[in-house]
Amino acid sequence: MVDTKVILSGWELDNPVIPASGTFGFGKEFADLYDINILGTFSFKGTTLNERFGNSTPRIAECTAGMINSVGLQNPGVEHVVKYELPEMKKYFHKKVIANVSGFSIDEYKQTCEILDKQDNIGIIEVNISCPNVHNGGMAFGTDPKNAAEVTKAVKSVTTKPVYIKLSPNVTDIVAIAKSCEDAGADGLSLINTILGMRIDLNKKKPVVANKMGGFSGPAIFPVALRMVYQVYEAVNIPIIGMGGVSTSDDVIEMMIAGATAVQVGAANLVNPFACKEIIEGLENSMNKYGIKSLKEIIGGAHNG
Amino acid sequence: MERVVFKIKDNKKIAKNVFEIKLEGNTDAITKSGQFVNIQLDGLYLRRPISVCDYSKNSLTLVYKVVGKGTEQLSKMEKGDLDVLVGLGNGYDTEISGKEPVLIGGGVGVPPLFNLCKKLLAEGKKPSVILGFNTKDEIFYEEEFKKLGVNVYVTTVNGEYGIKGFVIDALKNINYTYFYTCGPEPMLKAVYNSTTTSGQFSFEERMGCGFGACMGCTCKTKYGNKRICKDGPVLVKEEIIW
Ligand SMILES: Cc1cc2nc3c(=O)[nH]c(=O)nc-3n(C[C@H](O)[C@H](O)[C@H](O)COP(=O)(O)OP(=O)(O)OC[C@H]3O[C@@H](n4cnc5c(N)ncnc54)[C@H](O)[C@@H]3O)c2cc1C
Ligand SMILES: Cc1cc2nc3c(=O)[nH]c(=O)nc-3n(C[C@H](O)[C@H](O)[C@H](O)COP(=O)(O)O)c2cc1C
Ligand code: FES
Repeated sequence: MVDTKVILSGWELDNPVIPASGTFGFGKEFADLYDINILGTFSFKGTTLNERFGNSTPRIAECTAGMINSVGLQNPGVEHVVKYELPEMKKYFHKKVIANVSGFSIDEYKQTCEILDKQDNIGIIEVNISCPNVHNGGMAFGTDPKNAAEVTKAVKSVTTKPVYIKLSPNVTDIVAIAKSCEDAGADGLSLINTILGMRIDLNKKKPVVANKMGGFSGPAIFPVALRMVYQVYEAVNIPIIGMGGVSTSDDVIEMMIAGATAVQVGAANLVNPFACKEIIEGLENSMNKYGIKSLKEIIGGAHNG
Repeated sequence: MERVVFKIKDNKKIAKNVFEIKLEGNTDAITKSGQFVNIQLDGLYLRRPISVCDYSKNSLTLVYKVVGKGTEQLSKMEKGDLDVLVGLGNGYDTEISGKEPVLIGGGVGVPPLFNLCKKLLAEGKKPSVILGFNTKDEIFYEEEFKKLGVNVYVTTVNGEYGIKGFVIDALKNINYTYFYTCGPEPMLKAVYNSTTTSGQFSFEERMGCGFGACMGCTCKTKYGNKRICKDGPVLVKEEIIW
């Protein structure tokens, strides 16, 4: 038997496979297809203080080995999430979840996290300071080390739950931001969010998505994400949840060897709703193939020697 | 929803740039006319949504127009397997149609109306059908509908076949209790503005997942935000905000 367990800030997960925020809703659509309790956990749709419709459609563009989305944080608002989504979720998911939070001001992040702090089925608060899809929303905090630290401190002051800051790849030096979050008290880091991208419709000669640009994700960004996880791992002493293009159990292992303690899977869920199930089922095989007995032991392995 | 691997049985051109593909595989997940499937194609990241044109226990018929990379690739497949998500979307509600509903299709909006027509007939109703095309060489399924025993009105924009003009020009002379429509958005708007009864519209949107997970396809309606892929693609007239 191989050991797939990993630990995130004292929380033991059965395996490191976690559907990424925005690609799994609140889990309902997937729970209809398979028992999602096999997941390590999942990160639910980015939640803001107030309800948001998001951007106009089209919000989706296809790319080679990936996709662009400009959903723009459509969500029903934190009160609705706490009142309806979380109790409903408990019926089909019996583990704690990761709460993904976005905001447009420090105060908004704070208020939202304060409400989520009281929820017993939330294991980690993942603070998205990196959404490329909303003006001044999120990413403004994620592209400046000082602002990133401020959000981290503010959120830490209102919750006792572990706080993971989700970083943007759309920066010159992700390491500086990662360090700044660690210094400000972050318990962990999630990286990467989507890469700002664009497609043009050749018939219309206009951008495909209504918002012109959007977040690029999928297998095409895996090498970029892996590189960033590797660099950040060198610089910080807090756990990293690695993501960006992960689609197979081999990808999970590669991410972990680069420095991730756990791994999120995003776009892959959308094109194959069984992606996470297949990745989890493939873990043992991959581990045997590479002579791995325990996943905990491979974290950051690429940095030794 | 289910993921099913279908076998391609037949894939042939039936009009200008329009193909009919017949697939063999389990269709149990399809519960209503007007639902769609989402097809994976080699080398393309996102699946392609196509309406169910017709189905039976172990077979599925789709009609699609070649408009880009994916549909072009599909049109060249003679045999082989297709990975398909089946049973997506809400589909048309036939219960409230009254005795004589009219089905209004434009271009590749026609396909989902075919199985709908069969369903309505099976329920003892008397549907009539309007099929709108730009030109004569784009016309398909006129005979198929006629074989079901319904009145079919074909329109072409330049009048080279059937009634000259648009679907709403044919609609003027038909009595109906309710309507079902699918087609390009300008046509849907025209239908919205010229129909005198309630009815159901099928919409298209670019999709990330096709099963409700990504919020890639959301539109505003009078009944709240709806995902075209999951809460649609069919919306009722009363809720639509253009
Ligand atoms: C619910 C639904 C039902 C549909 N039913 C049919 C049908 O029965 N017959 C038919 O011919 N067409 C149908 N379409 C349109 C069909 O999905 C597109 O023509 C097809 O996706 C184009 O793919 P492509 O690779 O050839 O084009 P490309 O332009 O190369 O595609 C690029 C991307 O844009 C998307 N896209 C392009 N056009 C559309 C569109 N009109 N709607 C949604 N996404 C689009 C593609 O899926 C792909 O992700 C339907 C669309 C929806 C949403
Ligand atoms: C449709 C879509 C919606 C997303 N929504 C969110 C979100 O609400 N909050 C967030 O932090 N990240 C969001 N993301 C980013 C993903 O969680 C993930 O960081 C990114 O897509 C990279 O992983 P991938 O390549 O596996 O998709 C979204 C991604 C997609 C594709
Ligand atoms: S396409 Fe993903 S929710 Fe509709």
